[in-house]
Amino acid sequence: MTKFNYTAKDFKSAAEVRWCPGCGDYAIMNAVQKTMADMDIAHKDFAVISGIGCSSRFPYYMSTYGFHTIHGRAAAIASGVKSANPDLTVWVITGDGDSLAIGGNHFIHLVRRNINLNLVLFNNKIYGLTKGQYSPTSDRGKITKTSPFGTIEDSFVPGQLVLGSRGTFFARAIDSNVKHTQEVLAESAKHEGTSVVEVLQNCVIFNDGIHDYVADPKFRSERQLFLKKGEPMIFGEQEDKGLILENGHLKVVKIGEDGITREDILVHHPEEDNLGLQVALINMALPEFPVAMGVIRSVKAPVYDQEMKKQIETVQAKRRVTCMDELLQSGNTWTVDGENCSEPVKFFDNKCFG
Amino acid sequence: MKDAKVIELEEVAIRFSGDSGDGMQLTGTLFSDTSALFGNDISTFPDYPSEIRAPQGTVGGVSGFQVQFGKKKITTPGDLAHVLIAMNPAALKANAAFMNPGGTIIFDVDSFSEKNFAKAQFQTLDPFAELKLDDYFKIPVPITSLTKESLKDLELDNKSVLRCKNMFALGLICWMFERPLDYIERFIQNKFGKKSPLIAEANLKVLHDGYNYGMNMQHATPRFIVHPAPIEKGIYRNINGNLATAWGLLAAAEKSGLNLFIGSYPITPATDVLQALAERKDLGVKSFQAEDEIAGICTTIGAAFAGHLAVTSTSGPGFALKAEALGLSVMAELPIVVVNVQRGGPSTGLPTKTEQSDLLQTLYGRNGESPLVVLAASTPSDCFYYAFLAAKIALERMVPVVLLTDGFLGNGSEPWRVPNMSELPSITPRKATNPELFKPYNRDPETLAREWAVPGMEGFEHRIGGLEKNAAGGVSHDPENHHINTQIRAEKVAKVVDMIPELELVGEAEGDLLVVGWGGTYGHMISSVRAMQEAGKKVSLAHFNYIKPLPKNTAEVFSKFKKIVVCELNLGQFASYLRDSVPGFHYYQVNKMKGLPFSVHELVENFEKILEA
Repeated sequence: MTKFNYTAKDFKSAAEVRWCPGCGDYAIMNAVQKTMADMDIAHKDFAVISGIGCSSRFPYYMSTYGFHTIHGRAAAIASGVKSANPDLTVWVITGDGDSLAIGGNHFIHLVRRNINLNLVLFNNKIYGLTKGQYSPTSDRGKITKTSPFGTIEDSFVPGQLVLGSRGTFFARAIDSNVKHTQEVLAESAKHEGTSVVEVLQNCVIFNDGIHDYVADPKFRSERQLFLKKGEPMIFGEQEDKGLILENGHLKVVKIGEDGITREDILVHHPEEDNLGLQVALINMALPEFPVAMGVIRSVKAPVYDQEMKKQIETVQAKRRVTCMDELLQSGNTWTVDGENCSEPVKFFDNKCFG
Repeated sequence: MKDAKVIELEEVAIRFSGDSGDGMQLTGTLFSDTSALFGNDISTFPDYPSEIRAPQGTVGGVSGFQVQFGKKKITTPGDLAHVLIAMNPAALKANAAFMNPGGTIIFDVDSFSEKNFAKAQFQTLDPFAELKLDDYFKIPVPITSLTKESLKDLELDNKSVLRCKNMFALGLICWMFERPLDYIERFIQNKFGKKSPLIAEANLKVLHDGYNYGMNMQHATPRFIVHPAPIEKGIYRNINGNLATAWGLLAAAEKSGLNLFIGSYPITPATDVLQALAERKDLGVKSFQAEDEIAGICTTIGAAFAGHLAVTSTSGPGFALKAEALGLSVMAELPIVVVNVQRGGPSTGLPTKTEQSDLLQTLYGRNGESPLVVLAASTPSDCFYYAFLAAKIALERMVPVVLLTDGFLGNGSEPWRVPNMSELPSITPRKATNPELFKPYNRDPETLAREWAVPGMEGFEHRIGGLEKNAAGGVSHDPENHHINTQIRAEKVAKVVDMIPELELVGEAEGDLLVVGWGGTYGHMISSVRAMQEAGKKVSLAHFNYIKPLPKNTAEVFSKFKKIVVCELNLGQFASYLRDSVPGFHYYQVNKMKGLPFSVHELVENFEKILEA
């Protein structure tokens, strides 16, 4: 029994959606709207904050409270929103340029503080709104308008950055798999703390097909490992491949070969604070490994906005100063009341303050 | 025994000076508080290096604290000190230029050694002659050895013993100026009593021994009497500008019924504002120490979007970093307050010194047509009222407001008659009330302020952002719309003029010279103008607290004077703003870029020159 009976439609605004036809953003927005409807939280308590970039137009297409801010600063502005009012459900919509380049500092500090926000990181490995320059997630050698001879720098792996910043939640999904994206977003919404969901997103104009090799539905089960809590890390069309740890490294094995059985396969525990293994899962790349999808890490830790609230309550429970008049007269004060003293003149007396 | 020479004074300035580790700031503060409690009016000026501990004994490492107190209203810490306490030769060298001719110099003769002369780069073994201080009244006191002697029976290590030297000097000065010791005793007990009773005992003993030394050496030390000042009745406290700013913001939060949020990043000399508010969890303050200056203002904007009285504090370099986000608050029309405690620039500049050189940055330092309200406080204690007003204007007019103070105001202190909260005007935030009629950029026809609807309010769901919008809140690239909105945003700021008082003069409404100043120079400006007036000159002072918009009657006031001179601690930023905003007058200029306040003397000299010109 739900309280509000919302559908995804209740979260769509009247504004015309202006992403390019075929853009991966449409699918992600549908998934977010469906997730919000399912959360069964009053519509008025949602706030969607974005930075700058194609994906950051998102708030305009939502019927909730929204704030389309400036490049890279969505994480910082959302941190202010949530700290001020922890009762709100705050979503941050951002991209690889917005959060990992110009807003990198705010991104890592948001994650470190563990403010209870849901951050959706649209990763299309390109700058779309400025028409095709390489981003911090573009692969080494990528040829773009600003790297006509190929980039000479390595890219960020967003999950690595999140875990390196002491992140408590990281998940990965892909735009074309709406059902899975929605499942992952639902998990992220439940998480108490900063949840980062990297959505591999296709830019049809400037980086078309960048995730095709991973996303190809024909090879989905061979190239993607769908991680599920408490279940063995098995993939492959025949569900015959799995991951084991050998000499501290992940290794793909075939069940039934070399005496490997299902019992030998690693079981996924996103709730355990097992940074090493979780980073190894995040780093898995084709062709040697499948790409890890789903919730990779989801651990409990103190939540900043709640701690801030608690600290104020704790201090206020034994406070000596309860209002400004008391504060103004606290500490070292003295009274002047001599014969030669005049009556006080109020500062605002002879001035007009409408 | 011969009686001490007793000198009765109207006002006296004392400068405490030593190594930055010698505790001179504390010594100065304790003496100032004691004088304020005694009933004198005071004004203080801490002057310290930007290094936490520069090499010992060098001129670069000298930390000073000047306080002026008197039996009448004191408006400046004094141009020149009547009494200097020099803990070493470097302190003497650093401060020689700030001594009143014939003043008294008390120095720690133990530290006046060949080694220390060399550290302070004296060429000879006679620093007084070298600095041309021959005819000053010099009182050599073996402060180091007497402190050691005083503490020889306590089991203290040498370092701790030497750290008590400042108390000896303080005790001696208290005797010279007839200050009771009880306030200082209480302070020492509170600070050390519980944690380290031995340190408390040592400090108290040295303090008393310093006091008794003065009494016993009466033949050698003059004694000064400065009677209490006749001031307004009321409850007083000593307050510096940064604390007053923080409390003014707190007062505005209480008046407006909103929670206070501060998102900030530590920066000299503004850090105290953040610290003072972080301390006030008891009053519900949410303080967020951000990862950088940009996040400081961005969290503030977020908190304003969420319905808080949201503020951020900074100094020049940080203000520069906040520029883009400040533009967002102009565009989104969210009520935030930015406090800029100005310091010497450009770049890192003179972090611990004062300057007024961020005025044009504040007025214009953003992309696009980006007008906002600018106020400037003029004394340490009136930072309280201008911070309060900044918040009132922001909340009632949905506009970002910048409050300019400076290092001199922020760190300087003065006694302040504490107001009752009932003395302050009400603050009515423009919270939206009718969801049927609400549109994000619907405006009050009088003030042009939009309404404030915050997440959590049912029926007001809307989107804002940095893109240009139409009245309904939709993104609009319509040329006419942008043209009109640009004008509206400017007009909205201009209309704040209805909330501010007319420009008032100190002195006659017409005359030969109008002295114009703004912000933190007030104390020196008024002292110099009064000095001119007492000399029979037709000089008045117009000191500005409202920079944008300017008071309505500015041009009218200006028109009644033969000459106008604009004085500021920069190359003429307010003067050029006036040339643009109040045209038709010739503005003379007095400018100073030394990281120091004006001196009354130099102002008077300049005014006389301009009168004669």
